[in-house]
Amino acid sequence: MKEVKGFEWRKAINFQLLGNLVVPIIAVIFAMVIGAIFMVSIGANPFEAYWVLVKSSFGGTRNIFETLVNATPLIFTGLSVAFAFRCGLFNIGGEGQFLVAYITAAWVGAFFNMPMWIHIPLTLLAAMLAGAIWGGIPGLLKAKLGVHEVISTIMFNYIGLYLVNLLIRTVLMAPGTLPATPKIAKTAQFARFIRGSRLNWSIFVAALAALIIYWILWKTTIGYEVRAVGLNPFAAEYGGISVARNIILAMAISGALSGLAGASQVMGLELRALQPFGFIGHGFTGIAVALLGKNHPVGIILGALLFGTLQRGANMMQSIAGVPKEVIHIIQAIIIFFVASDYAVRKIYRKIKAKQAKREVNE
Amino acid sequence: MDVIALILASGLRSATPLMYAAIGGIFSERSGVVNIALEGIMLTGAFTAMLASYYTGSPWLGVLIAMIAGGLISLIHAFVSIEFRANQVVSGVAINLLASGLTSFFLRAIFKHAGQSPSVNSLGKLPIPIIKDIPFIGTILSGHSPLVYLALLSIVLAHFVLFKTTFGLRVRAVGEHPEAADTVGINVKKIRYICVVISGIMAGIGGATLSIGLLDLFTEDMTAGRGFIALAAVIFGKWTPFGAFVATLLFGIADAMQMLAQTLQITFLPREIWLMLPYILTLFALAGFIGRATPPAASGQPYDKED
Repeated sequence: MKEVKGFEWRKAINFQLLGNLVVPIIAVIFAMVIGAIFMVSIGANPFEAYWVLVKSSFGGTRNIFETLVNATPLIFTGLSVAFAFRCGLFNIGGEGQFLVAYITAAWVGAFFNMPMWIHIPLTLLAAMLAGAIWGGIPGLLKAKLGVHEVISTIMFNYIGLYLVNLLIRTVLMAPGTLPATPKIAKTAQFARFIRGSRLNWSIFVAALAALIIYWILWKTTIGYEVRAVGLNPFAAEYGGISVARNIILAMAISGALSGLAGASQVMGLELRALQPFGFIGHGFTGIAVALLGKNHPVGIILGALLFGTLQRGANMMQSIAGVPKEVIHIIQAIIIFFVASDYAVRKIYRKIKAKQAKREVNE
Repeated sequence: MDVIALILASGLRSATPLMYAAIGGIFSERSGVVNIALEGIMLTGAFTAMLASYYTGSPWLGVLIAMIAGGLISLIHAFVSIEFRANQVVSGVAINLLASGLTSFFLRAIFKHAGQSPSVNSLGKLPIPIIKDIPFIGTILSGHSPLVYLALLSIVLAHFVLFKTTFGLRVRAVGEHPEAADTVGINVKKIRYICVVISGIMAGIGGATLSIGLLDLFTEDMTAGRGFIALAAVIFGKWTPFGAFVATLLFGIADAMQMLAQTLQITFLPREIWLMLPYILTLFALAGFIGRATPPAASGQPYDKED
C-alpha cells in the first residue's frame, strides 16, 4: 500500500516537471528549428542569424539593458492575461487597455504641473484607471449580461484604437504637424539608468507588479476568491463567493496591468503619445508570455525575458543577417501552438507510461 | 440621388471581403469551433492570391490558391483545437500571429522591400448587361469585381447548405449538442474538420477579394481588422448567412460613409467614429439591446469521445 502511494507521488512530480518546464523548453527549441527552416528557405544562414540574436541581446551592458527594455511591457501584459486567466477569463483586450492607458498617461503627464513625487504616481494611477475601465466594462458585460469577454475585448481593442487616434489627432495634439501629444513634463518621466540605453525605472515597477500580483493571488482573500471562481464558478458561488463581483474585479485588475504597460511606454520610452495606426502587439504577445509562464508571476518574468530577447534580436537579425524580422512572429506562433497543445503532450506521455507499465507487468 | 447610389455601391464593395469571411465564421462556429483566426486566414489569402497572380499572371488562379492556402492554414487551427484540444482562442491568436509573420516575412524575402508588393493582374470589373443601364440600380449593382457577385451567391448558397441539407443539419447538431449528435452516429470530429476548412477556404477568398479583387496589390497587414469585423458580423447576424449579409452591408456602408466624408472633407462626425461603429453595434447586439444573440451551445467546447 505504502509503495503504491510513493509511486503515485513520483508520477505527480513528474507531471509537474513536464508541464512546467519541459514543455516550454521543448516548445522554444522546436520553434527555433522551424524558424531556421524558414531562414534556409530564403537562403539565409540560421546559425549566423541566431548568433546575431544572442550577441545583440546579451553582448554587453547596453544590449542586456535594451533586452530588458523590450521585456518590461511584456511583464505587465503577461501578468494581465494571467490574472484574468486565474479567474477563468480570457482577456485578449490588452491592446486596447494598453492604448487608452497610453493616451491617459500622456495627458496627465503633459497637461499637469506638480512635483515629481505626486506627478509620477498620479500618472501611473490615472493610466491604471483607464486600463481598468477598458477591461472592467467587458467584465461587467460578462457578469451582468453574459457577453463573452473574448468578443467584447476584441471590440474594445478597436474602439480604443480609434478613440486614441481621434484624441491624438484633435484635442490632445501638440502644435505642429506631427500627430502626437506634447512631450510629458520632466516630473512625469521615469529616469533612465545610463546614457545610450532606454532602460528606466519602469523595470522596477514591473518587478514590483509581479510581486504584488503574486501576493494578491496567493496571500489575500481577493486572490483566493478569484482563483476559486476560475477553478469552478459553480462551487465558488455555492461557497458564498460572488462570481459576478470577482469577474468584474479580475477584468479590471487585468486591464490596470495592461494599462501599466501603456504608462511605461509613455513615461520611460517615448515621453509622449504618438498616433497609433495599428496595434503594437504587446497585448497579444502577453498571451504567449502568460501561456509560457503557466500564469505564474515567476514564469511570466522568464517568458517576458525570452520574448524581449527575441524581439530585440529580430531587429538586429534583419539588419545584420538579412533575415526578415517577422521570423520572430512565426517563432512566437509556433511556441504558442506547442504550449497550448500540452494536453496532447500529456496524453501521449500517459500512453507511453501506460505501455511501459504494462510491459513491466508482463515481464 | 447619385451620391446615395455611389455610397451603396462602395458599401457593397467594402462588405464583400467581410461576407466571405463571415460565411466562413458561421460554418466554423455552427460546428462548435470558435474562429478568431479569420483575420489571419484572410491575410494569408490576400498574400497568396497576389503571389499566384504575380507568378502566373492569372488572377483566377490567385483565387484558387487563396482558397487552398486559407484551407491549409485553417487546418492547423482544426488540428490543434480538435485533435489536441488546445484552447481555441489561443490557437486563433497563434494563427493570426503566424499569418502576419509569414506574409510579411515572404513579402520582404521575395520583393526585397517592406510595405507592399508590386501591382499584379487583378480580376478587373465586370458590368452586368441590362442591369448596368438601369439608372439608380445599375450604379449600385453593376461594374464590380466578379468576386462581389460571387459573394452574393455564396450567401444564398450558405443559407441553403446550412438550413436545407442533411450536412447543414449535422453541422448544427454538432454545434449545439455534440454528445447527442455522436449518439445518432454523426462523426463530430469529421464535421468539425470540414467546417473549419470551409471557414478557411471562404476567408481565403475574402482575403483574395482585398488584394486582387478590389485592388491589385498586397500591402503589409492589409486586412487591418476586417477578420474581426467579419466575426462581429457573424454575431450581429446571429450566426445566420442572411443576418451576416445584412450586418456586413451595414458595416460596409459605414465604411463607405467614412471614406466619402474624408474625401469631401465633411466633418460632422469624425472618421474614427464611423470606424468604431461596427464594433459598438456588435457590443449592443451582444448585450441584447438588438434582439437576443445566442451562440451555438457547444461553441468553444472541445469534444472527445474517450472522456
